[in-house]
Amino acid sequence: MYFDAIAKIVSERTGCDISTIKPESKFSELGIDSLDTVELLMNLEDEIGIEIELDQKVETIDDLDKFIQSKQG
Amino acid sequence: MSNILNGKVAVVTGGSRGIGKAVSQKLASLGANIAVIYSGNDSAARNVEEYCEKNYGIKARTYKCDVSNFTEVKETIAKIKTDFGTVHILINNAGITKDGLAAMMSEEDFDRVLEVNLKGAFNMIRHTAGLFIRNREGCVVNISSVAGLIGNAGQCNYAASKAGLIGLTKTIAKELAPKGVRCNAVAPGFIVTDMTETHADNPLLKMIPLGHMGDVEDVAEAVSYLVTAKYVTGEVLRVDGGIAM
Repeated sequence: MYFDAIAKIVSERTGCDISTIKPESKFSELGIDSLDTVELLMNLEDEIGIEIELDQKVETIDDLDKFIQSKQG
Repeated sequence: MSNILNGKVAVVTGGSRGIGKAVSQKLASLGANIAVIYSGNDSAARNVEEYCEKNYGIKARTYKCDVSNFTEVKETIAKIKTDFGTVHILINNAGITKDGLAAMMSEEDFDRVLEVNLKGAFNMIRHTAGLFIRNREGCVVNISSVAGLIGNAGQCNYAASKAGLIGLTKTIAKELAPKGVRCNAVAPGFIVTDMTETHADNPLLKMIPLGHMGDVEDVAEAVSYLVTAKYVTGEVLRVDGGIAM
């Protein structure tokens, strides 16, 4: 589960209250476009110490969480 | 001016000879560290590395890599990231020719030129874009050709690949502009290199308004301009003595 790490980075980036970020929150609603998610993932690499390449579109926080987990397995 | 690229990391494909060698040396002279990607000529690549380090006091390394191979490019960029930390400048210069009339060209000759010249540039951009986005800065210069602008009989594969590079250039410029990443192209005309030896008796040479072939340094000068021109993106700069105007 990387929800907390993702939420932290999203809130740092957008300035939104971390408690308002839910797994089902869409990146587009948080003001993050698809290119931003690439950047987000690169920042996550530092945060959680893994290296992952985003090769598909992710819509929600949960999508990204699951994507990272699938690459971990 | 001379150290304007101090601390920057530039990757130059096809960097061991011809235009790529001149570009590597030019960027090194401006202070950039240089990662030279080459396909086969180990000693030529090492010479460029040694020349740049000795004359300009920068760090240079060489990487043997087939740019048309997606996985190989990915691994090479990972190595460059380990050696240099990141990448700021990408020069997609690697290119080959397999000339022949379209009516007689083999499928292999068409495909191979597209794979190296066009897909190779995509592969490089694909694996460096993340670094550019993360750095919120980056600069790509694709070496196209006037053949891609006006065509050239006997080079349908080469001209198609070079025209494709212009579409790639403008699209990358649009996609990555919001992240502060620029992408431009240089379209050289007839430049004196090993690759153009066979063009010595080409009738087109007589049609160059400036009356003579260009030097690799002329192209390197244009590349260094685009690398440092902070407000220029999506541009195609001809360096052709006026032949395609």
